[in-house]
Amino acid sequence: MRALIFALAIGFSALPTLAEEVVLGLSSDTVSINTNFDGSEILIFGAVKRDGPAPSDPPLEVIVTVAGPSETKTVRRKEKRFGIWVNTDAVEIDRAPSFYAISTSSPMRQALSATEDVRHSISIPRAIRSVGAPDTIENSATFTEALIRIKSRSNQYQLNEQTVSVDEQTLFRTSIKLPAALTEGDYQTRIFLTRGGQVVSQYETSIYVRKVGLERWLFVLSREQSFFYGLMSLAIAIAAGWGASAVFGLLRR
Amino acid sequence: MQIYLPIAEVSVNAFLLLGLGGIVGILSGMFGVGGGFLMTPLLFFIGIPPAVAVATEANQIVASSFSGVLAHFKRKTVDLRMGTVLLIGGLIGAALGVMVFNYLKAQGQVDLLVKLCYVVFLGVIGGLMFFESLRAIRNVKKGKAPPRKKHNWIHGLPFKMRFRVSGLYISVIPPLIVGVSVGILAAIMGVGGGFIMVPAMIYLLGMPTKVVVGTSLFQIIFVTAFTTMLHATTNFTVDIVLAVLLLVGGVIGAQIGTRIGVKMKAEQLRILLAMMVLVVCGKLALELLLQPAELYSIAAGGH
Repeated sequence: MRALIFALAIGFSALPTLAEEVVLGLSSDTVSINTNFDGSEILIFGAVKRDGPAPSDPPLEVIVTVAGPSETKTVRRKEKRFGIWVNTDAVEIDRAPSFYAISTSSPMRQALSATEDVRHSISIPRAIRSVGAPDTIENSATFTEALIRIKSRSNQYQLNEQTVSVDEQTLFRTSIKLPAALTEGDYQTRIFLTRGGQVVSQYETSIYVRKVGLERWLFVLSREQSFFYGLMSLAIAIAAGWGASAVFGLLRR
Repeated sequence: MQIYLPIAEVSVNAFLLLGLGGIVGILSGMFGVGGGFLMTPLLFFIGIPPAVAVATEANQIVASSFSGVLAHFKRKTVDLRMGTVLLIGGLIGAALGVMVFNYLKAQGQVDLLVKLCYVVFLGVIGGLMFFESLRAIRNVKKGKAPPRKKHNWIHGLPFKMRFRVSGLYISVIPPLIVGVSVGILAAIMGVGGGFIMVPAMIYLLGMPTKVVVGTSLFQIIFVTAFTTMLHATTNFTVDIVLAVLLLVGGVIGAQIGTRIGVKMKAEQLRILLAMMVLVVCGKLALELLLQPAELYSIAAGGH
């Protein structure tokens, strides 16, 4: 449905300098984490605004990325020493997003060239920044691979190829599943329009992930009034212990 | 029913947590152990970040121990005097333990050391208790009277004190040393330390098993309350929602457990605790010996 066959443009060799722009919609720009939060799905949709008729070749591709707040991580590797498995080497990853999802309208290789990937840091390995391991560690690349592997297993990193649907080279939409284990923060959302692997237009916005209600109150309290929070935890524990004892005491009578 | 934990930042099944709390609570009431050495690895397993699991577990132990100790108070099986002596030692030990822990953390390898501590202590204590209880059970079957309490070197130490509930007249030095060493281990291993305390009280101090459980619970309340406050104010890792779910199951379990414990013979109680300790020890030992499925692990922050 996405291929519109206009045989007009056979003579086009160079890319047209025609401006194509993204007009974006989001099902919601905030994700609220309340007590029964169990993951969420956001719908990202939009249209391509352009001055003239759409060039038909190469076809328009859309790439959508959503990135959670970046954090520093340490990846450790175990090795067998004296008969037991011990953490030996460690590599520090300077910036790794807590969550990263890419959705594309066609296979990644087709939608994006390697040089454009480097320029815009789109694919998962590019989105992670590691300044490099100390020279004493062999195969330091395997540490970054391990990070991606572990994060992908828990759906924290997702590569969803061919999940963006593009209609008439103008309308596009996709949905991204956010896992239940979500960190609070601003989730940077980028939309790239590409033709023949080259980025022709780019759009950025943020999705705000926030704890609300009781979750928010407890989180803030634990950080800002930690002594009171600790006392409250103990009070609840003592009260629950006493309560259970009293109830059971009554039951026995 | 899924529930999102505000501090742990993960979503977990509420009924699973209630159930886990209940089972560990029963064991806690039966044996007078906090149950931390069982619960903490279980929480890791269901995906709670280790720092949060350790801190929250301390808070939950406060609840289940308090519930258990009330039942023991009614039965007058708490030696307050002995408990206080152990507690003084325990708090000194916990403070020392936190210092040791932070030193090891700076050196890296703290995970390994905690695990090795578990394997060594659980293995030695579990093994000793198992064989001792087995011998006691055999003797009872053969109709032999249990051997009279021996007078050993412990009885020659100064600063003697009478512990009426335990029926002991011994120096305060051994209980203090037991308290300090359990406190140190408890802080390093992130548990209440009951599983070390109980055998130490039975075999080193010669206290009667029935009194040991209540007294151990009494002491654990204060040590874990201290640990909870320490974690809440320095690491901000106590998750109150997680704690509430665990302790609702835990306090009910502890009440049931205490009642089961009273009905059982001391040797049976000890052999069951010994077997449980050995199972956990074996599992942790296997983790160290077998090649893990994933050789890499991610930790927050730089090093």
